[in-house]
Amino acid sequence: MADQLAIGSRRGLKPALPLLLPAYLWLTVAIFLPLSAMVFFSFMTDLPLAGKEWSFTLGNYAAFFSQSLYSTLLLSSLRLGLEVTLWCVVIGYPAAYVLAKVLKGRSREAIFLLVILPFWSNGLVRIFSWAMVLREGGILDTALNAVLPFKINIDLMYSYPAVIIGLVHSYVPYMVLTCYLTLQAIDDSLIEAGRSLGASRRQVLWRVIIPLSMPGLIAGAALIFVPVVGSFMEPRILGGRTGTFYGTVIEDQFVAVFNWPLGAALSFILLAVVLIILALAAPVLRRAA
Amino acid sequence: MATTRILEWLGRLYIVLLLGFLYLPIIIMTAMSFNASPFYQLPFEWTTDWYASLWQNDQLIAATWNSIEIAIITTLISTVLGSMASLALYRYDFRGKKVLQALLFPPIAIPWLITGTAMLIFFFGVGIGRGLVAILLGHVALALPYVIVVVSARLQTFAPELEEAARSLGANQWQVTMRVTLPWIMPGVIAGGLFAFAVSFDQFVVSYFLSTPGQTTLPVEIYAAIRKGFTPEINAVSTIIIVVSMALMLLTARFFKFGGEK
Repeated sequence: MADQLAIGSRRGLKPALPLLLPAYLWLTVAIFLPLSAMVFFSFMTDLPLAGKEWSFTLGNYAAFFSQSLYSTLLLSSLRLGLEVTLWCVVIGYPAAYVLAKVLKGRSREAIFLLVILPFWSNGLVRIFSWAMVLREGGILDTALNAVLPFKINIDLMYSYPAVIIGLVHSYVPYMVLTCYLTLQAIDDSLIEAGRSLGASRRQVLWRVIIPLSMPGLIAGAALIFVPVVGSFMEPRILGGRTGTFYGTVIEDQFVAVFNWPLGAALSFILLAVVLIILALAAPVLRRAA
Repeated sequence: MATTRILEWLGRLYIVLLLGFLYLPIIIMTAMSFNASPFYQLPFEWTTDWYASLWQNDQLIAATWNSIEIAIITTLISTVLGSMASLALYRYDFRGKKVLQALLFPPIAIPWLITGTAMLIFFFGVGIGRGLVAILLGHVALALPYVIVVVSARLQTFAPELEEAARSLGANQWQVTMRVTLPWIMPGVIAGGLFAFAVSFDQFVVSYFLSTPGQTTLPVEIYAAIRKGFTPEINAVSTIIIVVSMALMLLTARFFKFGGEK
């Protein structure tokens, strides 16, 4: 009886197949087969195109492990990811707290939308817009010199801080979003109970609020860290010569050097790193779900 | 209590500062797109020359049309295929369903740099090569998971008894779907479609690896122009893009809430 009523539990893969197949075939052709092909290519000496000779090799992976350049760049990309994630926590978490616990009703809704709106606009264009702010003779330079009594030169363009600023700007809405969702779910009476039992504001924050919002922090961190480690457009535009990272080296293999097998190996190593990070974050997220 | 009041005001002030950080570069870019100096010099002199000269830039216009066409086709295909898949995942129970749902996350979670280069390798290997077809294949795959997640969320609010009632009154499967289920999930389908459009229209990384000089999209063209040197025309076109995609998301937010979702 229950089976007949609950349509959600009708059994059998057969009737579902015609509805499922088109979407999953598409995903297979455009995502899963390419990822497998990438693994395959990473073990080749050359592209098997236009009659070129090729054979299987471990050389592309050997290149990663024998030349310290690649591992150094991977480390600096991981460091970049870590720094950007930390800044996003520092900047985004308090904002999420204010949104979830201080603002109410309509103003909360409107401001929440305002915070996540830029995130849905073109990332490339937003990174480009920072170029105008950060360059010498740019807005920041002009504004500070107009206010300050002494002359300073602000030329952050093409520097490491510029890359950090651009990336934090791009990804901080993620952190606000995920933290807001978990903070909003915390019952206010828990906070009041803590306070009335004699805990200070700081104790309530560290013992009640932060532990309960941990899943949001972890989810936000994973969503930010992973793409930042693989970023190449942001360091190119804002970092100039200092903007060489693991992602830009992979880009070079495909668009400048045309060493696709090496590029595939480097991509696959990045994918492995990403999967390890997601696997580490998964248990915390599952507990929250 | 006084401390609470002060802390709350500090919190509000902080939000204002954050919004300043988020919007400042965008506002400055918009302002500079109307500034006469090509080197962004102040004082500000009003002009719409940069927008006018956009019309002369054939390359940029061709790329814009490509972007719009690809975004529309991506929206149509991924909305139809995605809604079908969501319905199947909602209606039927079978072994491996969890796996199918989990398979939606790699396209979202894996950095586009990896997905994009993998597509380039594979499409080259099977003879599709680079170009608009490859870009379209990629965009639909990136948009599908978003559509399925959004439509599935809407389906959670659907009462399955409605389908059962329609069926017991003599409607066949097709009629039930088109007359009962589809109208109910429509806000979700529209929101999913808008998401798909935004994913495609703003997509840079995957398009970048899959484009060739003649067959390219607007973000790829902009990236090339930025790397050649700053041009105020890029400010103008960037301003247009920002306005379009923000308007699109406001529209999505409206529909998404319309559907009773968060």
